[in-house]
Amino acid sequence: MTETTPTILADLAHEIRSKNAGPFWVTMELFMRDADGYRIAADESFLNERTVARLYDVDEEGIQIFRIPSLNVVKISFPRPVSQASLFDRDIHSGQHHVPLAVLPVPDN
Amino acid sequence: MDKEPVDFVTVMAPTGMLGAGFPEATIERGLRLGADVISVDGGSTDSGPYYLGASQPKTTRAAVARDLRMLLKAAARADIPLIVGSCGTSGTDNGVDWVAGIVADVQAEEGLNLRVARIYSEQDSADLKECLDAGRIHALPPAEELRPETLESCTHIVGVMGHEPIVAAIEAGAQVVLAGRATDTAIAAAVPLMKGMPAGPSWHAAKIIECGGQCTTDPRAGGVLATIDANGFSIEPLATTAACTPNLVAAHMLYETANPFRMREPDGTLDVGDATYTAVDETTVRVEGSRFHVADQHTIKLEGARITGYETMSFTGIRDPHILSAIDDWAALLRTMIKQRVEQTIGLTDDQYAFDVRLYGYNAVLGDLDPAKGAPREVGVMLLVNAPDQATATAVAKIANPLMLHLPTPDMNYLPSLAFATSPAETERGPAYEFVLHHVVDSRTPTDMFRIEFEEATRRD
Repeated sequence: MTETTPTILADLAHEIRSKNAGPFWVTMELFMRDADGYRIAADESFLNERTVARLYDVDEEGIQIFRIPSLNVVKISFPRPVSQASLFDRDIHSGQHHVPLAVLPVPDN
Repeated sequence: MDKEPVDFVTVMAPTGMLGAGFPEATIERGLRLGADVISVDGGSTDSGPYYLGASQPKTTRAAVARDLRMLLKAAARADIPLIVGSCGTSGTDNGVDWVAGIVADVQAEEGLNLRVARIYSEQDSADLKECLDAGRIHALPPAEELRPETLESCTHIVGVMGHEPIVAAIEAGAQVVLAGRATDTAIAAAVPLMKGMPAGPSWHAAKIIECGGQCTTDPRAGGVLATIDANGFSIEPLATTAACTPNLVAAHMLYETANPFRMREPDGTLDVGDATYTAVDETTVRVEGSRFHVADQHTIKLEGARITGYETMSFTGIRDPHILSAIDDWAALLRTMIKQRVEQTIGLTDDQYAFDVRLYGYNAVLGDLDPAKGAPREVGVMLLVNAPDQATATAVAKIANPLMLHLPTPDMNYLPSLAFATSPAETERGPAYEFVLHHVVDSRTPTDMFRIEFEEATRRD
């Protein structure tokens, strides 16, 4: 990574993943490396319902965010925007949908 | 089963999915550690509605037979029950019979004679319409209120059972329980609950072991063993090379759950908000503080799938740097041209069929959500067509074929030839399905929507 590239959430995480939670929900988890990384990911002024709605083009009202300090985890769930395995579903298990979240630039202190 | 009270119950989960495999040594170790029951999941909705809609298993018969052979022999030797949930991937009656046929063959080949119960979970749409009329069916978010015609449109509907039908089968003498659609947890929670273990630890342990070794440091090495007692449960891997850690066990509550703290089962809600996870030694984790709130109304969740149309797929590749530098323009032109040509040749308008053009290598996976920009080196163009019948879907794909072979970008004054991957280019995918039910039925009893049938093991013809 060059010095000009902003830090992204993935740089501060051990793993960022996404998956179906049943046929009608998508869920994502950010496993942050340490408490410092968790503090950034869990910061409601940075990563909130509005941020997620913008990244995934979904309604803010349906988004649930769980912040779990004991595990340094932030978990995000929302209703699946495209019906599973329908003509316009390109990710049957929602397994690759974590990427926009993972490459989200972290704000400067 | 003996009726004497017990201090603890030990559940072996050899793998997250019947047919996914496990080392034989891990089963031996589980028996040595004193497993009271073997539970293994045989299905899921995870891979989409096809398996329910078409009532077809996702796993191949040889893989299921391989796993069942080892598990049946282990269950027979240790004289403990073997419970398989969501048989045949979707838990349709046909899926239960498919697994039962494999079990019968293995029993005959191995000289076993375990008593097998089949629990059928498929539901009749007419019965469900009566439930709907009686106000006993409710939508789960984000679903909307159920309409009777939705029930009629399903090719298959299953009810997702809790532990109760499984307990009933074992109490009636089953040594092998082949359950239709069941919650992932019910198959592991059944015996602990039957033997009087508290619901909080029983359901929590069941959730943690549902994916086999996923809560260990080496998920590929095999499954896990959970021991449930009056105050909590302990969990350890079946493979000596793997370990459970407090973080891995706690994190598994997050896996494939919308809410990581509360999980609804037919007879209530598991609540792990106050659970504690402690390392007992280097491989074993102790969990306490799990609670279970019994619901006022027992409910059975429904799953149903219906045909949305028939699909035909076609795939070409682009390596030409000029086209790739204008790939969005090219794809937009392809979409426009397909619509025009389809209307000109077979007179179909937009609402009579549908298609998707996916640019693999560029933005096929995330589409407009993709944060990355820039031209790729090569792109695979997938055309996926959906139409009310297979012939129409294929006709649309064939009309698109010359375009997918020769379509230039708007600024090119010659026709390129693109790289088809197969000939013929069109692959018929058959019926496509969608899940349409996300609803629960208020149960009259925990078992009355399920039918239990017993059979003595005999060789099939």
